[in-house]
Amino acid sequence: MTPDNFNFLAGLVKARSGIVLTADKGYMLETRLGTMLRREAIASLDALAVRLRAAKAEALTAEMVEALTTNESSFFRDGKPFEHLKKLLPRLAAARPPGQPIRIWSAACSSGQEAYSIAMTAAELGPVLGGRRVEILGTDISKEMLDRAKDGVFTQFEVQRGLPVQMLVKHFRQDGARWRIAPELRAMVRWQSFNLLESPRGLGRFDVVFCRNVLIYFDSPTKSRVIAALAGQVAADGVVYLGGAETVLGLTDRLVPTVGERGVYEPAGLTARTA
Amino acid sequence: MTQPTCLVVDDSLVVRKAARRIIEGLGFAVREAKDGQEALTACRESLPDGVLLDWNMPVMDGITFLRAARAEFGPDHPRIVLCTTESELARIIEALGAGAQEYVMKPFDADIIRDKFTQAGLLEAAA
Repeated sequence: MTPDNFNFLAGLVKARSGIVLTADKGYMLETRLGTMLRREAIASLDALAVRLRAAKAEALTAEMVEALTTNESSFFRDGKPFEHLKKLLPRLAAARPPGQPIRIWSAACSSGQEAYSIAMTAAELGPVLGGRRVEILGTDISKEMLDRAKDGVFTQFEVQRGLPVQMLVKHFRQDGARWRIAPELRAMVRWQSFNLLESPRGLGRFDVVFCRNVLIYFDSPTKSRVIAALAGQVAADGVVYLGGAETVLGLTDRLVPTVGERGVYEPAGLTARTA
Repeated sequence: MTQPTCLVVDDSLVVRKAARRIIEGLGFAVREAKDGQEALTACRESLPDGVLLDWNMPVMDGITFLRAARAEFGPDHPRIVLCTTESELARIIEALGAGAQEYVMKPFDADIIRDKFTQAGLLEAAA
């Protein structure tokens, strides 16, 4: 592939996802886009670049970006939200009436790493939560991903992405060449098919929502609508985690960034909301 | 800031070269050793910040080096990351019990090494 074409494709991916493809990632383009190129009968990555430079290449562009970004799933992705959650959960547990579980939504849960990372975070807190039940809902638009997530079985490669080995030993069971999430963690998560463009009212209220690196696939009006809908499901003292490269700036007044944190948002107070 | 250092210990030249390339890419100055005995000597000359350590090697294997290094240099330094085809849970537990900070099951790639070095405290978490 010519450097010019690589830079063009990388530029598209960056603009859409915030994800930066450096020149040493040329191999990744070939492995990840192979299926798409064959199906579309596009001969090479250079030919793909030519196609995408033309007008009306929106669907193909979106598919390329998705192929290059959606499998970036790792446990404890970006670290920071889980650090924040660790501090937040005891506070929420103390604030809720007895018997009311803490509800956490992993929106666009993909193959389940995020939901299980939330489950591990809660399990590690143990007695600090005073026996408070934590219920996690993982949703995704893809049935295939949901089935994988529900299985809770990960390859050796997957369990080495983002997951400290101490947690692997503690929370997974070895199953041949694969690793199965412990049944008590699996029991904390429920899975449901859901498209973020639908109304989430039927899913109920949540104390915490993870919706990271999904909004990037939407245009601004859609982003605004989705964020407002998420915000409407979050408890007044709850939070929404967005991706590190995402912002609500100019998209909604329903969520405001938590001071001193990156990617953490809370429902705006009544004043701000009506302002 | 001084450049962090890492010792790559593996009896395979191919693995050492691959690991070196990745770890240098993470900003480390890298030295190599081809067995545990050489690694001990290298540590006595100059203690690295991190050690990427194979398990099965001639002369002195990785777990023997690990125990000797912990006895001689203490529990926290250098940070030791096993990197081995041994992927049985029992082996992982054995290495952690002997004082390893992290554990890579081969085959590895740059992303895995970066993640494991981060968890071992050798790299700052990406912002």
